[in-house]
Amino acid sequence: MTLPTTLLAIDDLVVEHRSPGRPAVRGVAGASLSVSPGEVVGLVGESGCGKSTLARAVCGLNPITAGSIAFDGQPVTPLGLRRRKLTGIQMVFQDPYASLNPRRRVGDQIADGLRTSGDTATSPADLLERVGLPRDFAGRHPHEFSGGQRQRIAIARALAARPRLLIGDEPISALDASAQSQVARLMRDLAVDSGAGLLFISHDLSVVRLIADRIAVMYLGRIVEVGDTAEVWASPRHPYTQALLRAVPRPDGMGTLPEELPGDVPDPADPPGGCRFSPRCPFVMDVCREKEPEFGPVACWLHEPR
Amino acid sequence: MTTLEIAALKVSIGGKEILRGVDLALEAGRVHGLAGESGSGKTMTGLAVLGLLPHGARVSGAVRLGGRDLLALPLKELNRVRGGEVAMVFQDPATSLHPMLTVGRQLTEHMRHHLGLGKAEARARAVELLGKVRIPGPAEAYGRYPHQFSGGMRQRIAIAIALACSPKVLIADEPTTALDVTVQAGVLRLLRGLCDELGLAVLLVTHDLGVMSAVADEVSVMRDGLVVESGPRGRVLREPEHPYTRSLLESLPDAEAR
Repeated sequence: MTLPTTLLAIDDLVVEHRSPGRPAVRGVAGASLSVSPGEVVGLVGESGCGKSTLARAVCGLNPITAGSIAFDGQPVTPLGLRRRKLTGIQMVFQDPYASLNPRRRVGDQIADGLRTSGDTATSPADLLERVGLPRDFAGRHPHEFSGGQRQRIAIARALAARPRLLIGDEPISALDASAQSQVARLMRDLAVDSGAGLLFISHDLSVVRLIADRIAVMYLGRIVEVGDTAEVWASPRHPYTQALLRAVPRPDGMGTLPEELPGDVPDPADPPGGCRFSPRCPFVMDVCREKEPEFGPVACWLHEPR
Repeated sequence: MTTLEIAALKVSIGGKEILRGVDLALEAGRVHGLAGESGSGKTMTGLAVLGLLPHGARVSGAVRLGGRDLLALPLKELNRVRGGEVAMVFQDPATSLHPMLTVGRQLTEHMRHHLGLGKAEARARAVELLGKVRIPGPAEAYGRYPHQFSGGMRQRIAIAIALACSPKVLIADEPTTALDVTVQAGVLRLLRGLCDELGLAVLLVTHDLGVMSAVADEVSVMRDGLVVESGPRGRVLREPEHPYTRSLLESLPDAEAR
């Protein structure tokens, strides 16, 4: 095998949720995405579109039904109960109130990560300093901190294991508005400085735009558009991306109500035939209802590559 | 016409001053936006109007509604105002709705209490309200539980509950913060439409200046328990006078990219 230039390669990934007595629900239905070292990829989409399922599958927290995930050219296997070989991928979870152990000092929790990477030179206090917290916080417990501080501690803990890929699963949505962009930028800076890739998942487009090099837009288990952040923001091509961007209210003082996307997100257990966005798409054509656009970077029949 | 007037409202909790003299006037058919960072006292202002402040809070000033001072009302009379004349929509519909009661039960309970409606009348009005906030299949939705609805639908139901007793004033505390942008657009349109149609006086508490720009007529900016700037939307957001408002606008991602 040749040396991989991409750090993480997700190819045609399918993840199904099974529950007894019901048909399997395809949380992720054929998504492809790649992350290079030192690159920040933002994954956006509405709630329930499969963003988090994709992130959990990358970490080995969800079993894969079909397709493949390769990290450094090696397939990602489901996480064992006690042993994990794959410490190159670390995740920062959504809710820092739940992801930190309330009964252990934060310094000890960060030290776990350092032990995994075999790092004896760095102390937990050094990592706290890197995420912008005072060194003597290491001896405190999580309840002594605010949400923003806790999320910084969770980031320090993830970084302690020296990841080459950092994943943030809505890491800022539980935080106050004023802390959101700070924490997002901190994650970007720390990941890029250490040469790691960052897969940043969020439903907040304005924050993703601030920190991501590339944006991937997900709709109902599929990635519908991937592109350079500035390009996607300036001229979105997929009708869904266009609708998503138009729904963001702009603080221009003009009193324009944001545009509403008609209809609801269909049930992922029973997705519409053809293109998954076709029932809500303003530019729907006959071909959209019949065939699913299985190409990129814009999965839309209007932008079929020739 | 001023519906609700907040004058020199001060709140202190445990000796700490949270609000230091807030003046606001809400007018019928207008949306008044209250902006500011977390901890600036936006939410406390909303809660103070309804007497929902935490235990041990000391309040002074006045909240005038129809010739009465809500802060001075005895509890029994205040209860007639709460949910009746003044209603509230909270941030997170997943926690503000009771998970074990049907939507219908939560929609009719206060109607029967405040308006003295019979069971059948209350039910008919509840179904009508669900239709008004555009819940598909209102009659079936009546018997369902909150977990059977999506986040946007739940917030619509919370708005229907708030509107059930035809309030004059609606306090919406970050009503769209927990929602996706596409769903947020729908809820904002709904709020604006209801405000125009029913002549509600709305106090919209939000940190999102984009949301503010989309629906508010008047904008007040709060900082450290004081209103630092207040005025028509277009002026405050485009030609802010106070340096704090300017810094808030400059810290937006859009301003940076410019």
